Amino acid sequence: MNVVRFMLQNYPQVRDLTLEHLWLVGVSTVLAMLIGIPLGILIAHRTRLNKPVLASANIIQTIPGLALFGFLLPVPWLGARADRLAILALTLYALLPIIRNTYEGIRGVDPAVLEAGKGMGLTESQLLFQVELPLAVSVILSGVRVAVVISVGLATIAAAIGAGGLGEFIYRGLSMVDNRVILSGAIPAAFLALLADFGVGWLERRLQPR
Amino acid sequence: MPLDTSTPKIEFADVSYHVAGTQVLSGFNLQVASGETLVLLGRSGSGKTTTLKLINRLVSPTSGEIRVSGKPQQQIDVIRLRRGIGYVIQEVGLFPHFTVERNIGLVPKIEGWPEDRIQARVQELLQLVGLETALASRYPHQLSGGQRQRVGVARALAANPEILLMDEPFGALDPLTRDEVQREFLSLQRQLHKTVVFVTHDLHEALRLGSRIALMEAGKLVTILSPQEFLKSTDPWASAYVRAFGAGLEAATNRGAQ
Repeated sequence: MNVVRFMLQNYPQVRDLTLEHLWLVGVSTVLAMLIGIPLGILIAHRTRLNKPVLASANIIQTIPGLALFGFLLPVPWLGARADRLAILALTLYALLPIIRNTYEGIRGVDPAVLEAGKGMGLTESQLLFQVELPLAVSVILSGVRVAVVISVGLATIAAAIGAGGLGEFIYRGLSMVDNRVILSGAIPAAFLALLADFGVGWLERRLQPR
Repeated sequence: MPLDTSTPKIEFADVSYHVAGTQVLSGFNLQVASGETLVLLGRSGSGKTTTLKLINRLVSPTSGEIRVSGKPQQQIDVIRLRRGIGYVIQEVGLFPHFTVERNIGLVPKIEGWPEDRIQARVQELLQLVGLETALASRYPHQLSGGQRQRVGVARALAANPEILLMDEPFGALDPLTRDEVQREFLSLQRQLHKTVVFVTHDLHEALRLGSRIALMEAGKLVTILSPQEFLKSTDPWASAYVRAFGAGLEAATNRGAQ
């Protein structure tokens, strides 16, 4: 109950940091989709590229979050503003699930359907937009869902480099040894993750073919 | 049947196709007359399907030339070529996220037909292949195997192509349904006179549907015969087929006699 009272007393700050958190996650997810979906489509069609691309995304995934934020700090334009840097790092982390699911979603389309489509004289882009993407959309979205949930958690680390977000409460609470402050960051972050999971999951089911 | 033998609708001139060092097709010459149903008969791996895919250029020949309506295939834009050729495969390959109506109407729509003309065409085709027009709003997974295959045929006919390629289209159906769709195919062909190239390994189907039967073995054309000639043929491959065909009936008859 202490935590709730603390959060209510500091409502404006909880709200601002939550919005900041949403901004970091939202922008990085959109960027990761803009890069990851076309890349996933590319490697599904040019299978020779799939190993190098997926391996690179995998390697990025293995870099510890705090280390990646640190590595990027000295980069000129990026290092100038902590939120840019945080968004880039979050984007990089979100790439793997999005690329992999786009790849698998498109590879999962029934070969007979593709052959029939090609044989009927659909162009490559007609095949992509009318057949492959609609049939892969729910698999792609489940990748986006994973990416968002990871990002919400990871974005709390962004506070370590001063990018704001709910991590600020967590770090402050840790140094103050005050659980109320820690939980004021952790609870809304967990709530956001659940909300994102539910929201994208709902969209996924809505867009499921058949 | 009025056959126009002056210019073949489809012509293979010394066509070879190999992939990864394997000769799939070699020295292949074939002429398909306008309005006939040419059956490609052969074992699996004999090159029937490849021959079919060479016609709509799902594969390209390693050497030789294929002419469609007298025109060398390379001179025709591949998308235009395919839109003028209906293609039906055993797995059907209906778009699972489209209704029957959208499946059938897709090529006409891409070709820019007005909406009311597409709808009329879909209704007409459903009747032509013996389906109730109420099925138009169903999805493929709500149909039976026979219905799906009929929709596949309707889709292939949608933009009124002159050529129809059929790759074991009825192979996955139960014998009774197969008999039904074969009968429908014959009546359809009597009305439409498409140039049909039909792949099968089933002699019964070949004899019933084909105006000529092209027998293939190991990437080569063995012989081309009419169904009547095929049954009397002394060609070792053809007679092997006829013997194998008779063996089942004979065995069953003998068993009944014992």
